[in-house]
Amino acid sequence: MMQDLVVHGLFIVYAIAVLMTFGLILTWVERKQAAIMADRIGANRAYLRIPFTQIKLVWWGLFHGLADGMKMLLKEDFRPVTYDRMAYAIAPWVVFAPVLLVFAVIPFGGRLTPAELFSGSPTVVEWFGDRSYALQIAPLDAGLLVVFAFGGLTVIGSMLAGWASNNKFSMLGAIRSASQMISYELVMGLTVLGLILIYGTVDLVDIVEQQSGLILGFLPAWGIFYQPFGAVLFLTAAQAENRRIPFDLPEAESELIAGYFTEYSAMKMGLFMFAEFIEIAIIAALFTTLFLGGYNLPWMSDAGFTLPGGHLIPMGHGAVLATQMIVFLVKVMLLCSFQILVRWSLPRFRYDQLLRFAWKFMLPLALANLVVTVVAVWAIRGGGA
Amino acid sequence: MSRKPFVRRKYWNEPTMTWWERFYLFEIVRGLSITGGVFLRNMGRWMTGRKGALTAYYPEEIRSDYARRNRGKHILTQRPDGNPQCIACNMCATVCPAQCIEIEAGFDPADTSHPKSPTRFEIDYSRCIFCGLCVEACPEDAIRMVPETPGLPSGDRHRMWIDREELLNWNPQRDVAKPYPPKPVPGGQP
Repeated sequence: MMQDLVVHGLFIVYAIAVLMTFGLILTWVERKQAAIMADRIGANRAYLRIPFTQIKLVWWGLFHGLADGMKMLLKEDFRPVTYDRMAYAIAPWVVFAPVLLVFAVIPFGGRLTPAELFSGSPTVVEWFGDRSYALQIAPLDAGLLVVFAFGGLTVIGSMLAGWASNNKFSMLGAIRSASQMISYELVMGLTVLGLILIYGTVDLVDIVEQQSGLILGFLPAWGIFYQPFGAVLFLTAAQAENRRIPFDLPEAESELIAGYFTEYSAMKMGLFMFAEFIEIAIIAALFTTLFLGGYNLPWMSDAGFTLPGGHLIPMGHGAVLATQMIVFLVKVMLLCSFQILVRWSLPRFRYDQLLRFAWKFMLPLALANLVVTVVAVWAIRGGGA
Repeated sequence: MSRKPFVRRKYWNEPTMTWWERFYLFEIVRGLSITGGVFLRNMGRWMTGRKGALTAYYPEEIRSDYARRNRGKHILTQRPDGNPQCIACNMCATVCPAQCIEIEAGFDPADTSHPKSPTRFEIDYSRCIFCGLCVEACPEDAIRMVPETPGLPSGDRHRMWIDREELLNWNPQRDVAKPYPPKPVPGGQP
């Protein structure tokens, strides 16, 4: 029992560290990538000076995220005269916390067997016995359902913020946010249903394990090759869930100042921004888990690499685990970068276009995708025989 | 109550899109490949040690496209022996519309051909308007302007002064149009 506590405590620390780092780094990555896409240089001036020396660590402006955070902390904490102080105060947390909670069920690596990892030390081997842990904070059977449950909570936060701010712009932003997120939540759920049908489970660890191996001898057995259409729809809907630019109607700088968090200042506003950036990482992690095989590399198993000729390159348990975790992070980083590319490339929708896109374009496509998947799965599994 | 039905206005410059463009998905892919291509190209340049942006670093980088006659930083020309050509006549300071030149004259009776020279020659670049009138006013070809800009951005206006030493030594030029003989050495040939 104690062993589980230690291991899961470590997982939690790792997950929070990874998410916070992603949130901090992504603010910089976004600015830098946008600049490079536009032939500019981008944020490159903030530096850390090592005390008592003149050595300045610039590192391509990597510390701009820290500078932003400092600025947010030091700003005046403005409070509007509002009728609902309680809701106003908790709204940023209601947005922020569920975003972090979603990561609890996402597996970020293969299976950890502490006794094998520390086989040199008899005390550790004896203490852990033959326990093994999937690299996941909460081993829940209802993985994907938990993701959607917590994902849906975010909308409550943004509505609370909008209603409690006592500001027309915030109100409009909140209403837009609510209708948009509910519409796209539906599409997101429908696209994932096809995947659930194929894998026959909602447990994310199980889904990822089913994605190791190859199909047809050369393609990695990733969800994106079973459900290419579903993958595109999922990514679009997820971007809309995150209220980023092609779908940034709730925030809409040009119309609503800052949408539902107009009345928030300092770190409370920072929490909204931070939640948005962490959500980019979460969406990337979810997409990786569902469609890109999670921590799986083609030709790699828990024993090591199997080259196409059938030759096995064996790897130790620690090496395999480290590779899997790094592969997962690299995939997540690439997908974050892709989302930023989308955000800086596409023009915004109008609000009616946005809802029409959800209900008249995405929803029928998602339903069609589901029907085709159902028929295909039914036919492959014996056609009702 | 009857209402006129809504009729969408026709504009003379209606966008004409094919069904392919209306489907939007493939056009998105095309747009993403353009921006992504630019990103990869610029990133490749940065990775291989070249510059992947059009922006010039300011103030670290001197723009390469300054005209040869661009009026940038001032310099004081020198006599063959390295003393300033300037005779401290104050004409540049008088003509200066921004009144940013400050000169303090010194007198050296031993230097028979060029007794008067500036002991202090300072230009306040927070006020200089780079009009070039000082260069035109100078009777001795003692002050010139070179294409490079001063590069003095600072949070403190008092750091935006350039003094005599820097004006003389930053980019020394001795090819004056009206050279004076060097200061006679005491005890040497007259």
